[in-house]
Amino acid sequence: MSELLIKNAVVCDPINNVNCEKMDISVKDGKIVESVSSGAKVIDAGGKLTMAGGVDGHTHCAGKINVGRFMSPHDMRMTNVPGLSGKEAPTATTRAQVGYNTPNAFAIGYRYAKMGYTTIGEAAIPIIGARHTHEEFEAIPILDKFGLTLFGSNWQVMEYIRDDEPEKLAAYVAWGLKASRGYGIKIVNPGGGEAWGWGKNVSGLDDPVPNFDVTPAQIIMGLAEANEKLNLPHSIHLHCNNLGKPGNYETTIASMKLLENLKSNRDRQVLHVTHVQFNAYGGTSWRDFESAAPQVSDYINSTDHMTFDLGQAIFGPAMTMTADGPVEYANSRMLNAKWSNMDVELEDASGVVPITYSPKNFVNAVQWAIGLELALLVDDPWKVMFTTDSPNGGSFVNYPEAYTYLMSAKRRAEIIETLPEMALGRMNIPGIDRELDLYELAIMTRAMQSKMYCMDTKGHLGVGADADIAIYDIKPDSVDTTVEYVAVKKAFSGAAYTIKSGEVVVKDGEIAMTPEGRTYWVNAKMPQATVDAMQVDVAKKFKKYYTVSQANYMVEDAYLPHPVEITTEAL
Amino acid sequence: MAVITDAICSLCGSLCDDITVTVEDNVITDVERACILGRNKFVGMFLHDRIESPMIRKNGELVDVSYEEAIDEAAKILVNSKRTLSYGWCSTSCEAISKAIQLAEETGSLIDSTANVCHGPSALAVQEKGGPSATLGAVKNRADVVIFWGCNPAHAHPRHMSRYSSFSKGFFTQKGRKDRKMIVIDVRKTDTAKLADTYVEIDQGSDYLLVTALRSAINGHEDVIPDTVAGVSKEDVLELANVLKEAKYTCVFYGMGVTQSRSKYKNGDGVSSLISDINQHSKAVMIGMRGHYNVTGFGQVATWETGFPMAIDFTRGAPYYNPGETGANDVLTRGDVDAAIISAADPGAHFPQDSLKYLAKIPVIQIDPYANPTTELSDVVFPAAVVGVEAEGTAYRMDGISLRMKKLIDTKFKTDEEIAVDLINKVRELKGGA
Ligand SMILES: [Zn+2]
Repeated sequence: MSELLIKNAVVCDPINNVNCEKMDISVKDGKIVESVSSGAKVIDAGGKLTMAGGVDGHTHCAGKINVGRFMSPHDMRMTNVPGLSGKEAPTATTRAQVGYNTPNAFAIGYRYAKMGYTTIGEAAIPIIGARHTHEEFEAIPILDKFGLTLFGSNWQVMEYIRDDEPEKLAAYVAWGLKASRGYGIKIVNPGGGEAWGWGKNVSGLDDPVPNFDVTPAQIIMGLAEANEKLNLPHSIHLHCNNLGKPGNYETTIASMKLLENLKSNRDRQVLHVTHVQFNAYGGTSWRDFESAAPQVSDYINSTDHMTFDLGQAIFGPAMTMTADGPVEYANSRMLNAKWSNMDVELEDASGVVPITYSPKNFVNAVQWAIGLELALLVDDPWKVMFTTDSPNGGSFVNYPEAYTYLMSAKRRAEIIETLPEMALGRMNIPGIDRELDLYELAIMTRAMQSKMYCMDTKGHLGVGADADIAIYDIKPDSVDTTVEYVAVKKAFSGAAYTIKSGEVVVKDGEIAMTPEGRTYWVNAKMPQATVDAMQVDVAKKFKKYYTVSQANYMVEDAYLPHPVEITTEAL
Repeated sequence: MAVITDAICSLCGSLCDDITVTVEDNVITDVERACILGRNKFVGMFLHDRIESPMIRKNGELVDVSYEEAIDEAAKILVNSKRTLSYGWCSTSCEAISKAIQLAEETGSLIDSTANVCHGPSALAVQEKGGPSATLGAVKNRADVVIFWGCNPAHAHPRHMSRYSSFSKGFFTQKGRKDRKMIVIDVRKTDTAKLADTYVEIDQGSDYLLVTALRSAINGHEDVIPDTVAGVSKEDVLELANVLKEAKYTCVFYGMGVTQSRSKYKNGDGVSSLISDINQHSKAVMIGMRGHYNVTGFGQVATWETGFPMAIDFTRGAPYYNPGETGANDVLTRGDVDAAIISAADPGAHFPQDSLKYLAKIPVIQIDPYANPTTELSDVVFPAAVVGVEAEGTAYRMDGISLRMKKLIDTKFKTDEEIAVDLINKVRELKGGA
């Protein structure tokens, strides 16, 4: 029985409506409790900012990132963000670390923990590749993990939607989540992954997928309905069609509108749209390319059925990696960059291409602005998850820097000054004076995640929550975050304390210990008769088309040494 | 009697996972569906020269010792070494590879895999140009053109063509071989070539020339192609280019004939660029025909744990990677290591003479189920369980799909993983005590 008492914490805990109030936090056996005995170990927070551990609900941390590493040995020695990148020799507590955009698994755990993050979500797991994802999860120390499973170009999914078999579709999704030990439904460029099997793409929501006679819109709707039938803790997680193309904001808004009338039994959104920065582009070509963040934000402000994340771009080198195979090929031809691809049998595609966002490049400058505009033009921070879609928009180690863009108009102005004149006319950020406060930042970096993933023990500091706590070395009482952005960045780059499940894992910005994290997955129950009917169809797929047997397809228990199984009952 | 279905064959990079194995009294008595090579691995293992006991070389002779004594001796070698070469780790599980990497990190060693002498150059090609690839099932279901370039699956990967490529039937390839054009590019007419629709014989070491000519043709620069390239007529080059442009889905399977011939990684680099160019017209991917069943796994695990796929030097603490300088043969020929630990590989049979001469001079620790020429060079020898037969664990197929190998029979031998863990602990003990 371990007890901990954190005294004099200035707590910012939006889930519990606590806005920078001085209080004590009691921890017992890894959980937040009402009170502890007098024998509890005491940490004096000394008035420092205290939040729940951060939750990155969309990052590329296991699986495909290994392709990125493999392609870029030069990334391993990049030191763009001192203390959170580059090579470090092993110590008594830590393994050797390398990398910036594509750090090794150990470094991912240490660096997120240093930034006060304690939970991360891998954004894309192909079912047949899920074993690999979980192997890497196991190698990432400290953090709790979960992953989203790809369904958006899956043959069985498209066939069930085409054949109007919603019950079997739900049963298949449940089975796919179990096979991959996934947490929720990811849809990437619906139908586009299958089209890419022939070197093609789909052009929008109503462009039928070759050979499957379904449209992207039908795939989105079908999976969203299955999602709600299964009562999953997360909504569908959508990477829209036409990513990265000028004028794509119309597809984005149309995709959002599709789900307006869908109802959920759970207290959360019915749609999460991911890395919207890449999908809020105006213009008709790269020549007249401009921000369409105002149009997208206006729509999001008008509705309550969805959440989204930013995919903020960070100036400097990044590594794009996505299940959107055609986009990556197009990137590689446009940028004349090296290109890795993976067509995944019966399920999806993917690609990896390095990129550099230059402040001198007008397109990149506008991309940088779009992410910030989305965060600042959407009124309700509970709809906004802060991400860089790491490492697509830039490495997660840039989060503290990016926070300062959101919190300080002064800091933004310094950057804007360096951008090309042509870019300024295509963006809106120079005219936006909103500055997020610490409470809003806490919402976007941990609290909204608690709600959008229905993770009621994460993202807050109420009694019963996991004792995942970050104490940052700034004092809300005295800091002016709109001006003192250097201090803000420093504080968020190396937590005074990061506490994971009640244990001090980071102290004064350094790793103190490296316990193993847990892996969350969802076991959604469907009526057995439906499951049996679905299994007949799936068995045919294995007999005729897959190159692995069904028995060897399912991720075994051995790959989840610390599982947390979330069960749901279908409606 | 036990019948185990869906067993995975841990012989080559095809990792066939449909094997049925019958076990009677802890002996494998029947194997269904495996190829002859795989079958030999399953049932023929006791016919091999199995190492029966831990051994230490004393007065020039390897003598049986206790496991503890061998661990003690091996750990002393590692602790006293300034820079150890850890080599092999490709015919074993990812779990063992992970521990081998940790041991290398904690002892400041250099660790490299058998890719050093086979597909290492393909990794360099990926670093240069990327790897446009696919899972084998994408090929099975879609590919109407299959090219084997510098590889001979009929001998090296016997079930590849029936399960994944030439003869396999899939969703868009219901007629199997009839729906597919099979092309072989090689320097001699192999048994695989004899099955092809088109056999393109090229001059030894001229792969890069042919790749370049094909790229020119596909990119519309026919005019720069000479009358004969790599021993192939311009007409045949243009025809081949046309097949690639007109195909629905092409997969180029490439082997050591490409990666180890002249130009080495530049060949892979060229093929990768060719694939990118073909995608301007149709769809194409490439897959390396990896030999050792888990050499792909070494690359995967090493990459997520150290950032690099092979030739990783921990001498300075943080991993350092510079193939050509930090590869196994680089340091051996330079005499730049003072001890070696070799597992699940046989440099004694596959390394150049200069490397072997040097290996003979330094203390060598071997971990292997079988005696082989490397045993003759070794000073401490650990017998190990056969992974995939006597021990479970993860392996990566040539296309990067990982599978869990089953334990089929019991063994008295420790696994590579257990041995590596015991070495880590003993090294810590010795260092802590110093
Ligand atoms: Zn993403």
